[in-house]
Amino acid sequence: MIGKGIKRKLIQLASFGFCNSHINGFAEGKIYDGKLKTLCCPGMNCYSCPAATLSCPVGAMQAVAGSRKFNFSFYVVGILLAFGVMFGRAICGYICPFGLIQELFAKIPLRKFHLPKWLTYLKYVLLAVFVVLLPVVMPLFSSASGGVGDPAFCKYICPVGTLEGSIPLMSSHEELRSVAGSLFILKASILVITIIACIFIHRFFCKALCPLGAIYGLLNKISFLRLKIDTKKCTSCGTCSHVCPMDVNPLKYPDSAECIRCGRCVDKCPEKAIHIGIKHTDRSS
Amino acid sequence: MDKDKKKIITAYGLLLISLFCMLYGIVRGEPDTVLRKAIHICLECIGIG
Repeated sequence: MIGKGIKRKLIQLASFGFCNSHINGFAEGKIYDGKLKTLCCPGMNCYSCPAATLSCPVGAMQAVAGSRKFNFSFYVVGILLAFGVMFGRAICGYICPFGLIQELFAKIPLRKFHLPKWLTYLKYVLLAVFVVLLPVVMPLFSSASGGVGDPAFCKYICPVGTLEGSIPLMSSHEELRSVAGSLFILKASILVITIIACIFIHRFFCKALCPLGAIYGLLNKISFLRLKIDTKKCTSCGTCSHVCPMDVNPLKYPDSAECIRCGRCVDKCPEKAIHIGIKHTDRSS
Repeated sequence: MDKDKKKIITAYGLLLISLFCMLYGIVRGEPDTVLRKAIHICLECIGIG
């Protein structure tokens, strides 16, 4: 019988494959330009990756909000709200392509550290300032922008774009390499820091920087898919909080904004007192 | 009303709002803006924009 951990990995691989199925884009040095890109991937996956077949929701949200026609994206927010209400941060645990990449970095057998709790709030600041505010506000202060706002998170921070977009495209385009300057150095530095941090801290980007994780985290408390603790079976042994890669205590905070529903606590609970499910009225706590 | 019921009602309410948001976005042509941005190399994303 296949374990829950293996099942999750298979779902992650299938999602990664589906979101990045335009493989020949790497050989051609071109990105996919089909209609499928009207749809947003629910996880972080740069649409400038040559293999990407879907749009990045964070990039799309900023693109619409920064455009001349609109200053808020109902379409993208609607998509994210629907995914968030149904699955919460299970999207991070099962669907997000960059989540899988981070887990692969964490496989490097070096000592792991906990992220200080206050750093987990940074992602909410990045969401509010770089994703929501700056794309709309920047054109108001710059006449050179022609009324079009920059996707500030993509431009100044996103290490996903640097890894999935910059590196493959720059390696095949001399003209792109020749214009790379200080902005690229900034983004490459953020990528290097993120990769090193992901080796030592499980899912560092998800915990500290991801604006999508911030949105889904806010919806984790009310999402249909939730953790259920059977308090009759639970002996408070602490195994669940000890094994949690996201530093959550599932017994105390089953709806924590950090829980990605990876199911590790479910697998490791010696009393089988934790379940992941969608029927939340039968919780026995 | 217990806490869980409140959460369920909030979740269904938000799901309904999300559907309206998506429909409204589609009607006013946002998917075209998304597509236009996504099918061209995003210079900002790759760090040279």
